[in-house]
Amino acid sequence: MNDESSFIRIRGVSKHFGDFVAVDDVDLDIGKGELFSILGGSGCGKTTLLRMLAGFETPTNGSIEIDGTDITAVPPYERPVNMMFQSYAVFPHMDVEKNVGYGLRKDGLDKGEIDSRVDDVIRLVQLEPFRSRKPDQLSGGQRQRVALARALIKRPKVLLLDEPLAALDKKLREHTQFELMNIQDELGITFVVVTHDQEEAMTLSTRIAVMEKGRFLQVGTPKEIYEYPKSRFVADFVGTINTFEGTVSEVGAESITVTCEELPVPVTALRNEDISTGQKVCIAVRPEKIFISREQPDDDESIAMPAVVDDLGYLGNRSLYRIRLANGQIVQVSRQNRRRSARRFVEWEDAVWVSWRPRSTVVIASGD
Amino acid sequence: MSAAREPVTWKRITVAIPYLWLLVFFLLPFAIILKISLADPIIARPPFTPLFDDQGQLSVTFDNFLFLLTDKLYAYTYLKSVFMAFAATVLCLLLGFPMAYGIARSSSSMRSLLLLLIVLPFWISFLLRVYAWMGLLNNYGVINNTLMFLGVTDQPIQIMYTDLAIFIGLTYSYLPFMILPLYASLERMDLDLVEAAQDLGASRTQAFWDITWPLARPGVIAGCLLVFIPAMGEYVIPYLLGGPESLLIGRVLFDEFFVNRDWPLASSVAIVLLLLLVVPIVFMQRNDARQAEAE
Repeated sequence: MNDESSFIRIRGVSKHFGDFVAVDDVDLDIGKGELFSILGGSGCGKTTLLRMLAGFETPTNGSIEIDGTDITAVPPYERPVNMMFQSYAVFPHMDVEKNVGYGLRKDGLDKGEIDSRVDDVIRLVQLEPFRSRKPDQLSGGQRQRVALARALIKRPKVLLLDEPLAALDKKLREHTQFELMNIQDELGITFVVVTHDQEEAMTLSTRIAVMEKGRFLQVGTPKEIYEYPKSRFVADFVGTINTFEGTVSEVGAESITVTCEELPVPVTALRNEDISTGQKVCIAVRPEKIFISREQPDDDESIAMPAVVDDLGYLGNRSLYRIRLANGQIVQVSRQNRRRSARRFVEWEDAVWVSWRPRSTVVIASGD
Repeated sequence: MSAAREPVTWKRITVAIPYLWLLVFFLLPFAIILKISLADPIIARPPFTPLFDDQGQLSVTFDNFLFLLTDKLYAYTYLKSVFMAFAATVLCLLLGFPMAYGIARSSSSMRSLLLLLIVLPFWISFLLRVYAWMGLLNNYGVINNTLMFLGVTDQPIQIMYTDLAIFIGLTYSYLPFMILPLYASLERMDLDLVEAAQDLGASRTQAFWDITWPLARPGVIAGCLLVFIPAMGEYVIPYLLGGPESLLIGRVLFDEFFVNRDWPLASSVAIVLLLLLVVPIVFMQRNDARQAEAE
């Protein structure tokens, strides 16, 4: 780890609430200017971790450093950190300008300086027409901008965002998502986002930490997390995936072969270092990596098996298929609808072949 | 057409009922009291001169109001009542705010229990509760006996029949009326707001004055009015707990009506009391509306 990658340094941090362990001995390094996401289901400890970064909770054990300064015991109002709350927490009795300028007034800056910085930030989040409105006269999206502007105005070293897009509708989410990334890019502030939405985490982040039961299961780039999940939980949590239990039957120089009871043919996969014959593993394949064809694929490399279309769903840009193997096992497949056509590519109960390439097979050591 | 008009008629009727109620049970009696206050006392039944005399001439006198102004006793009693009610209101606010805050921030199961405890005293007659304080505040009551037992004092401290006793009684009796509206406004408040203020650099104290206090203001105003208004005209507490010299306006009102049978004077006392209460309330409400508009 170089210096760049440990702007925020979390070491051995735990948080206990009575008998309940919310965060369990966690280490994490986040680099300067990163847009880092902590992804997990409800109750996984992600919000507690964020609140410890903000200073609203004190770690039971461990230390948190930001930019080389230990802030573990520093109260929230003295931390170089600001937070955008999930509820936005916009002060209802203050107008937009007063809300945005609150942090600077608390710092005792003179009025001229406050006014000019409020102007800048309001322009940045495009709230100029609403600057003298009260929060109850704003839409959800506008309130979120107020919360963002209010958190950015103090030029914090780290901006914490708690489920920033959760309360917005789909179109606004997509728009806001890219806007957040632009703002982050422009200001170079380190963002730490907490979310339960894997899509949000994927599109926003430079890196993601997947959290479960107070621990990190995997930390990596969105691609690493999605394409190379290290555990079944991560594979399942991030996107959709087909998983099968199996045993390693052969370890070759480049590839391995796994036999699964649920699949009629042995599955080949690329070899990674620590795998041995006889080991129990779980193999996983993403739906979009699986092909459906009417004929048996003619390359001898692909893992191919005959099947029947059990169910299909048309989503516009792509279609989802549930394919039933001869033994009743269901495989999920998704396919981009590249061709414009009103006819269906396959129909219910059509006999088809499903296949995927060995490099698409994810191998997860069992027990993880 | 008639089907469309029907709901409007019903709406009018439902709106009219409370107005009618106020007219019959508030405005009309008030007009009668006003009339009596402008009459002279006579020994008759009713004990005041009629509005029109035998010749059909309007007979109105401001003597009663002038008497209230000239006799220092009344001015003193009004001031003392305002002071006692004000002091009790302040103490209720100081005690009630932390209590309401604590209840609003406790777990939901605990919250209903605590609220029940606040309301529980209402299950016992007000008179009995005030009477019970006599047993507590007596020279040989629970409080003095405990103090003497502990050796804090070797002779009883005189609390009963003093202004302090009235003050304790008022605060005790009206505290729930302060806590409940405060609780209602604090409970609605999002805790994230306080954390957001702290996150932006406000200390706990600053966050309280910047966020919690202004947002609790409607509750504070409602609570203060609910305590101040009845405390101002309170009769039972000064009568039972206060001494002969701790004269409050409720007591004066009672004495003028039932002891002196001077209805006109008693009526004018009542009207001045009403003005004393209404004027600040109207002023406060207007001020509040103006402030809300300005923000």
